[in-house]
Amino acid sequence: MEFAFTEEQAMIGETVRGFFAENATSERTRKAMAGEGIDRALWASFAGELGLAGIGLPEEHGGAGLGMVELAQVAEAAGAQVAALPLLGHVMLGQALAKGGTEAQKAALLPRLAAGEVIATAAWEAKITAEGNRVSGEAAFLPHGALADLLLVRAEGKAWIVDLKAEGVGVTGHVTMDQTRPFATARLDGVAAEPLADGAAGWHAALAAGWICLAAEALGGAQAALDRTVAYSKERVQFGRQIGSFQAYKHRLADMMVEIEQARSAVYWAACAVDEGSDEATISLHSAKSFSADTFFMCAGNMIQLHGGIGFTWEHDAHLFFKRARSIQTLLGDGQWHRERIAAMVLDAGLGVAA
Amino acid sequence: MKLGFSPEEEAFRAECADWLQAEMTGAFADIRGITNLSDAIGRRREWEQRLGEAGWGCIGWPRAWGGRDATIAQQVIFAEEYARAGAPNRINHIGVELAGPTILAFGSEEQKARYLPEIAAGRQIWCQGYSEPNAGSDLANVKTRARREGDDWVVNGQKVWTSLAHYSDMVFVVARTEEGSAGPKGLSFLLMDMDQPGIEVRPIRQINGEAEFNETFFTDARCPADAMLGAAGDGWKVAMALLAFERGVSTLGQQMQFRNELDAVIAASRANGKAADPVIRQKIAQAEIGLRLMRYGALRMLSGADLAAIDGAALTYKIQWATWRRGLGELGMEVLGQAGEIAPADDYAWPQLPNLFLSSRADTIYGGTNQIQRNLIAERGLGLPREPRGKA
Repeated sequence: MEFAFTEEQAMIGETVRGFFAENATSERTRKAMAGEGIDRALWASFAGELGLAGIGLPEEHGGAGLGMVELAQVAEAAGAQVAALPLLGHVMLGQALAKGGTEAQKAALLPRLAAGEVIATAAWEAKITAEGNRVSGEAAFLPHGALADLLLVRAEGKAWIVDLKAEGVGVTGHVTMDQTRPFATARLDGVAAEPLADGAAGWHAALAAGWICLAAEALGGAQAALDRTVAYSKERVQFGRQIGSFQAYKHRLADMMVEIEQARSAVYWAACAVDEGSDEATISLHSAKSFSADTFFMCAGNMIQLHGGIGFTWEHDAHLFFKRARSIQTLLGDGQWHRERIAAMVLDAGLGVAA
Repeated sequence: MKLGFSPEEEAFRAECADWLQAEMTGAFADIRGITNLSDAIGRRREWEQRLGEAGWGCIGWPRAWGGRDATIAQQVIFAEEYARAGAPNRINHIGVELAGPTILAFGSEEQKARYLPEIAAGRQIWCQGYSEPNAGSDLANVKTRARREGDDWVVNGQKVWTSLAHYSDMVFVVARTEEGSAGPKGLSFLLMDMDQPGIEVRPIRQINGEAEFNETFFTDARCPADAMLGAAGDGWKVAMALLAFERGVSTLGQQMQFRNELDAVIAASRANGKAADPVIRQKIAQAEIGLRLMRYGALRMLSGADLAAIDGAALTYKIQWATWRRGLGELGMEVLGQAGEIAPADDYAWPQLPNLFLSSRADTIYGGTNQIQRNLIAERGLGLPREPRGKA
């Protein structure tokens, strides 16, 4: 038992924080927001120069190996800059394939995912039916769906990979509140699709990775919201004092730190529990997703309030955090849904100290 | 980063569990499950001595002083198994977790030899003399004075909120040894025998009707000159170092009590049907999450190992658990409904959940109120400007 980063993990953390701080600048992110919602140059260097798209994917298929802890570190650093990257669908499809794909699917797709050559999206809830290997119906709220090449979707108890460039696919992009992760709706009309070999295992792994990705992004975003607000509170002078010297202000920042420290425990607890195949993996994932998302929203809301008028402007970055926080709260199950899962485990099944 | 335990650690777990289970179903079955600090004190003194003689009293201490040099993981395991076995709350928590480590850090070899074996053997129960009527949140405003008289320090003043003072053998006292000094300067840290005519203990009745803490009056109370930890004037430094030990492994044991309390809320909700109410379900789930995160926050803080460093998990831990438990007290009453407001017998004495509701109001006050915690977090954790201070 050693709940602290190894030296190697500490180095990964430093590298990814440096990369996103330097490259995922506000200017570049805003350019992506005004366009298609992805900073393609950022994605290319993320996957190419740094090889980060391969984290969590098996080495024999071009991945970088490593696990959910390292994946969380990457997502945390990306979230701290509200980077416009198609990370969520990427980690979901990657893990679905790694844990549930056929050997042929893995060999064909994992190297391309690890290289960042394809963009993936995934559907949380979709009204899809399958006939043979053809799928039809509608999949909505697809993150970065308008640009995605591949869709991971569940239908008829199986998990399917759909080529979104195939015949019979109609994709509509939407103007989305969080412009760094715009949604799309895909309509599928008898589209040829491939089922995973083990749909249950694949879908389970996809959700675990997706929840960890979102929770870690939220953690990074919450910490950045706090750090930026602390910095502002030391610069801004009113009534002849730094505003950060007023207790009403200090205590709100302190409350943010209290929540963030818990979110940090939650994210890395879940990442470790999944990596180690712990009995606690399920409860840790529901805890991490719901708690971190709420923490981020609280911190981003405070960021606006504590900046005053400037925090309400388009020019200031506070709204990027605020909108990302709202989006994370509802992606892959909202807080109530996750807490109800925990309630069912605790109240209906009986979960003792050992579990 | 690793959460699982090694096979050696699991073997250690089995060893602790076997011993604790045997004691709690055998010789000490009568005090199993006691969580307060007032019941069956005589038997619990015997239990402290039993822990001491079997070498389980202070496993984190060095072997030379009666400990086991236990690793953090082993201490985590012992704390978990201790609670799982239903062993009673340690009445010498202050001696083992606070006084001992502080004596180890600041004591002379002679002082270590005088006090540590007594604590390790479970023969010496300690209490803490910090707060005073005018030194609560502003602890440095201590007015209790100690003056040198021959080979003794002579102490006059009043301490308050001294938990366990009515049955403690020893007390550590923060007293002003430099006349005319103010604030953190001029304070010293004295180790005093409770059994003397100059010390008088008066219990204070709390909002739940019980009396676990006290006022302690010092009237020409004495201790030998060499019962000072550190030098004269070092008292603040020693007192603050001691508070850092409060965030140690004992937090894991405390969390097992919280587990027990949350389980009681869960059981009550199942018993009266509230477990089906969607609002209650959300709140219980949130409480469950909070408790789990407390555990992993503590493991992060312990894995960091260096308790002196500024560490986010450590700095936020007090407000986190205190707020959580106060919230659990409220949730317990929400589950019970009006039935929770009627005592089961003719005296003003409360079962677990109503008592939790009342007693947990102290949690966000003692050991630094939530408001003081927020100041500390903002100033030490976030580097914000310090609170303005009035003239002393």
